[in-house]
Amino acid sequence: MSTSTAFVSIGDLRKGRAAVSEILETAAAGCGTSGGAGKASCGSSGGPDDMPAEIWEKVKNHPCYSEEAHHHYARMHVAVAPACNIQCNYCNRKYDCSNESRPGVVSQKLTPDQAVRKVVAVASEIPQMTVLGIAGPGDALANPAKTFETFRRLQAEAPDIKLCLSTNGLQLPQYVDEICKYNVDHVTITINMVDPAVGARIYPWIFWDHQRITGIEAATILHRQQMLGLEMLTARGVLTKVNSVLIPGINDEHLIEVNREVKKRGAFLHNIMPLISEAEHGTVFGLTGQRGPSAQELKAVQDACMGGANLMRHCRQCRADAVGLLGEDRSEEFTPDKIEQMEVVYDLDKRRAYQQQVEVERQAQHAAKVAAMEAAQTGDAADAGMKVLVAVATEGHGKVNQHFGHATEFQIYELSWSPHGAAHLPPEGTVAGLGSGPAPGHAEVLFVGHRRVDLYCQGGYGEDEQLPSIVNAINDCHAVLVSKIGACPRDELKAAGIEPVDEYAHEFIEQAALTWFGSYRARVASGEITHQPRGDASIRQGAFTAGAEAASAA
Amino acid sequence: MALKIIASMCTACSACEPECPNVAIREKGGTYIIDAVKCTECEGHFDTPQCIAVCPVDGCIKKV
Repeated sequence: MSTSTAFVSIGDLRKGRAAVSEILETAAAGCGTSGGAGKASCGSSGGPDDMPAEIWEKVKNHPCYSEEAHHHYARMHVAVAPACNIQCNYCNRKYDCSNESRPGVVSQKLTPDQAVRKVVAVASEIPQMTVLGIAGPGDALANPAKTFETFRRLQAEAPDIKLCLSTNGLQLPQYVDEICKYNVDHVTITINMVDPAVGARIYPWIFWDHQRITGIEAATILHRQQMLGLEMLTARGVLTKVNSVLIPGINDEHLIEVNREVKKRGAFLHNIMPLISEAEHGTVFGLTGQRGPSAQELKAVQDACMGGANLMRHCRQCRADAVGLLGEDRSEEFTPDKIEQMEVVYDLDKRRAYQQQVEVERQAQHAAKVAAMEAAQTGDAADAGMKVLVAVATEGHGKVNQHFGHATEFQIYELSWSPHGAAHLPPEGTVAGLGSGPAPGHAEVLFVGHRRVDLYCQGGYGEDEQLPSIVNAINDCHAVLVSKIGACPRDELKAAGIEPVDEYAHEFIEQAALTWFGSYRARVASGEITHQPRGDASIRQGAFTAGAEAASAA
Repeated sequence: MALKIIASMCTACSACEPECPNVAIREKGGTYIIDAVKCTECEGHFDTPQCIAVCPVDGCIKKV
């Protein structure tokens, strides 16, 4: 490793490693009594009290920047930026299949003109669409003319839509002024390393100053440009999100250092995503058999980063042409042919009125969460440090409102209870001293991720062969909260040790989860059930697309 | 002396187009083509042909 380009000391790296190993051990042992350092507060799910008013104003309706917003607001990407200036071992943009969903892939590239028409059409059809991003399929800033032409026109034609872009950062310093000119509020930089020796294993080459540069030299230049670009954006008050792809054995523990370095330079949010590396995608990692992380491996790294830059855990790794709420993709409703047929009226007042409705609902969800957290203030000493995960089936609006059989993904919430006096978890040996009977404490609920699953129920009956894959995806959960569930999957989930729960149908998610958690702890305390640790779960590759639904329904 | 884009390998990402010092590259029928009359393989401009250096698909651009 070249010492002149290493930005973290070996000692720091060791510290990071110890943190991950410790958490993985805890995860392996189930709900232990020790966990990661730092308070479990996810800034991305924070409300107006957690951040300055001007920042809250920028993120509150942005589904990618606010976990709370992603239940209510939609985004879209327009694929105007096909060219790229670097090569990543996890990317192959040649492969496109309507069933596939991952960054870098689109079905149809658009000209700026087509893109603007599409945005206006979607905005009229989906009034809760508040954000337009340019995320490729290549790099937004490797296509500066097309990217900025699209922004320039949208600023005039759809002035209420927030603009954002995503970049690898190589050309970022050069375009920071241009980005500010179009009031781009949010920029995402993909940063997978802060050590070029790690970078050399991720990036085979970059195109820089009219040359193809490889190895450490390439990673060194990329790293320098990324850090400089991030600092320049921070200095100008542009909110930045850092995306990192978690590649087991290459940058897993290193991402703790990435988190620290980007926080130091003002990154608002850090999104750690699992590597997608199916062999059929034809990426270098796919072909060399580099695996992606398991659900608990991903969570361990995310948990180890808590206390650093705020973590985003609701990313769906969507396509460069995705349309809709984060868990859905309605891009097939807005192909150029279909847009041609649409009667498009950009009604700003209608959009505002709709968004006010959404705001009312969202306030109600927030109030329900606060009330439920206050209500869940007593517990038994035996619960101290108890942590469980629950899976939730939701169609949006922040409620438990989806039938088990209709779920294409589950949202995962972590519930924890700790007695008062302990900041997070009690130190060893204090549990016995708390006495028996209900003790004051606090229960917390934290959104920690989502799991894609295959559709279980098709045309009214369950597909039995799908159930094992659903169990695999939520195998680390103690319960699954749904609006309704059939008798068959109910029995099988129970057999797998996952409790199916439908008594909180149409309640707000956090409220439902905390109420269930209270009843769970009561049942454990009464001896009715025994608290058992759960195992790991697997991450289903790719996100949900309308195409996948159509194909599986066919 | 000229280069050629193998159409079946081209992803039409457009990365090569702005890099060409001779403005010899353009889109045609869903892929990109090099005007053999204008192409100099970047001689006199750069050490290596720019389109080959920036192309994400190795082997997509060849000498004819």
